[in-house]
Amino acid sequence: MTSSMLFNVTTFTYLLSMIAFFAFLASKNKSLGLAGSVLAYAGLIVQTAAIGLRWKESYDMGVGHAPMSNLYESIVFFSWTIVLIFTYIDIRYKYRIIGAFVIPFALLGMAWAQLGMSTGIEPLVPALQSNWLLYHVITCFLGYAAFAVACGISIMYLIKTAVEGSNNNSPAAGGLMSMFPPLKVLDDLNYRAIMIGFPLLTLGIITGAAWANYAWGTYWSWDPKETWSLIVWFVYAAFLHARITKGWVGKRAAWLSVIGFAATIFCYLGVNLFLSGLHSYGSSKM
Amino acid sequence: MATTERSFVSKVWDFFCSLKLTLFLLISLALTSIIGTILPQGTLPPQYVAEISHTKLLIYTKLGFFDMYHSWWFIALLYIFSLNLISCSIKRLPHVFKFISDPALILGEGQRSSFPLKKELSFSGPIEKGKERLAEFLGKEFATPVITEHDGEFHLFSQKTAWCRLGVYVVHFSILVIFVGAIIGSLTGYKGFVAIVEGTSVNSFEGRNGQQIPLGFDVLCEKFNVEFYPNGAPKEYKSILTVLENGKPVPGYSHVKVIVNEPMTYKGITFYQSSYGQATEGGDHYITVTSRKDGKTEKFTVHEGVPVTLKDGTTFKLLEATQDVSPFAPGYSGPAARIEVTRKGAAPQVFIAYKDYPDVNAQRGDNLIFKYEGSSAKQYTGLQVAKDPGVWVVWLGCTLMILGLCIAFFMSHKRVWVVVSKGHAWIYGNASKNQAAFQMQFEDISEKFQHLKI
Repeated sequence: MTSSMLFNVTTFTYLLSMIAFFAFLASKNKSLGLAGSVLAYAGLIVQTAAIGLRWKESYDMGVGHAPMSNLYESIVFFSWTIVLIFTYIDIRYKYRIIGAFVIPFALLGMAWAQLGMSTGIEPLVPALQSNWLLYHVITCFLGYAAFAVACGISIMYLIKTAVEGSNNNSPAAGGLMSMFPPLKVLDDLNYRAIMIGFPLLTLGIITGAAWANYAWGTYWSWDPKETWSLIVWFVYAAFLHARITKGWVGKRAAWLSVIGFAATIFCYLGVNLFLSGLHSYGSSKM
Repeated sequence: MATTERSFVSKVWDFFCSLKLTLFLLISLALTSIIGTILPQGTLPPQYVAEISHTKLLIYTKLGFFDMYHSWWFIALLYIFSLNLISCSIKRLPHVFKFISDPALILGEGQRSSFPLKKELSFSGPIEKGKERLAEFLGKEFATPVITEHDGEFHLFSQKTAWCRLGVYVVHFSILVIFVGAIIGSLTGYKGFVAIVEGTSVNSFEGRNGQQIPLGFDVLCEKFNVEFYPNGAPKEYKSILTVLENGKPVPGYSHVKVIVNEPMTYKGITFYQSSYGQATEGGDHYITVTSRKDGKTEKFTVHEGVPVTLKDGTTFKLLEATQDVSPFAPGYSGPAARIEVTRKGAAPQVFIAYKDYPDVNAQRGDNLIFKYEGSSAKQYTGLQVAKDPGVWVVWLGCTLMILGLCIAFFMSHKRVWVVVSKGHAWIYGNASKNQAAFQMQFEDISEKFQHLKI
């Protein structure tokens, strides 16, 4: 049994979970919704074991470190945090259908990692040899994951307003839309997910600043990654203020949440792909 | 006249207090910050200057786009942002304080109907007894109430964590604290860089603007070393530093190991491992030649390109050498040299001799085993030097921010009223946040409330 095999099982389980959720959406059969959730939980457990196993494997290889050191490991961890936050929201608020809009994010991450990336365990370059790596990565990705869940919920909100706004009482659309939680609930869940994500992102930025200060002597240097994390922070700060401002409630807040997640993804991937900076995954920069 | 002035002042005040301004500022800061992540910042690379059109270069420079986070308009945005924060707090804090210190002890008739959380209890005992019994109940189940008599009714008011309404203001205040820390750092701290050649010491470093700043003591680099993983990736960059005061090593600061992620701090100044390189060409190279036949080893000091003749008539010369071969030969690291050996009457042979891989040298199979022992060339270690007395203020601000966010998001101000009139009593509940969680607590309390015997 290797971690790589377990990650493949995880990917397949998330695929089944997504299919179950889509079938639930189409058929309104409650047991399909339950199956979607149970599959997602099972995938989460397998993935947890796989991450733990990969951690152990790195020690067996003599280059022991937490499996969060390169793009492959970070995206696997990102998927894990997305399903973790979904599990929390699912158990706490019991709106199962959200899974249909959240699990695809986790599946996309796992599929990309497993099919498109080299999965080898690499030793840590000097810049990453610090306990701060663990604190920084965990807080950031839990925050990102909460934003992913919020984005899924916001997309549901926008679809529901668009459908209900354009063809009033159309039976077909109304049928599908009846599966969605009421707009007020979606708006509230969006807020709750961001309420989890925002303090975590803040903590992620702070641990990053503390690490930078410890390793380089400067807590903030306007590095593109730092700047983009601050841009994400500004967008969600705007979201939190939008909710208590007249004329910004509902649709505009939902759009801010979607834009916020797009900025998050750019901060996570775009900065490394298009811009240069200190966060080039696994590069040999000092 | 006076009224128009007044209305102008109050208009400005309202402008700075408005949430619309907050949204505008947050979105503007987010959008403008993107510029600095796309355009190069600071000293421009020559190829960028060559590529960009002259007009563009001029406009961007004029707008401060090449140092945008320190440009007047970005700093201005941050100042307005601070003003907005302060004004909002000044406007709203007194209301919040009043809300906390002077709560609504009496629940008017109109308010009562607006509560979604309420339950009724009928009792047959006298109203006085009901009041006492219910006050005791509320104190036990929730919080000790304040009792007010009003229009023949008793209003029992109790609350929990009223102060958590201040959470938002703690967050706002923390941003200002971080700004103050950053300003202290930029006024009293400094950052710079110093390169120290192995075996030498420095007593100053180069600041950001290029001027030399004295350290007040000496730093000696004893040694610099790079270690590699078997796959060629760097494992450790290590400088061994000694701090000297008046030429003498400071106890506890002799032969200090400085690696990436493990800096050295002396007298508030911190040294961070940041880069390295070759300091001198180093004219002398050392090569040992071992004969397989008699096992004798001879050591030579050679110069690049100058041939040396051995006893048996074989000549060799060093063509080129590097102190770190890993970029040229994947899987190998450390010093290596390309050597040309010409046996008497034979064609010249060229091969690479390593310092750290004697087995590879021996594999050549020839009688003579050549080993490169390195050169007199010295490396330098590049260290970031920083002093920031404001950093603790920044961390204080960060701590306050996390604390404030947790208070603002995860705690709620819970209030419970019991209104006692003759023969019956009503219980009402309200929470500033997270109604769902409070509802469960309220249902638990009101369930017991309805089963009270008075």
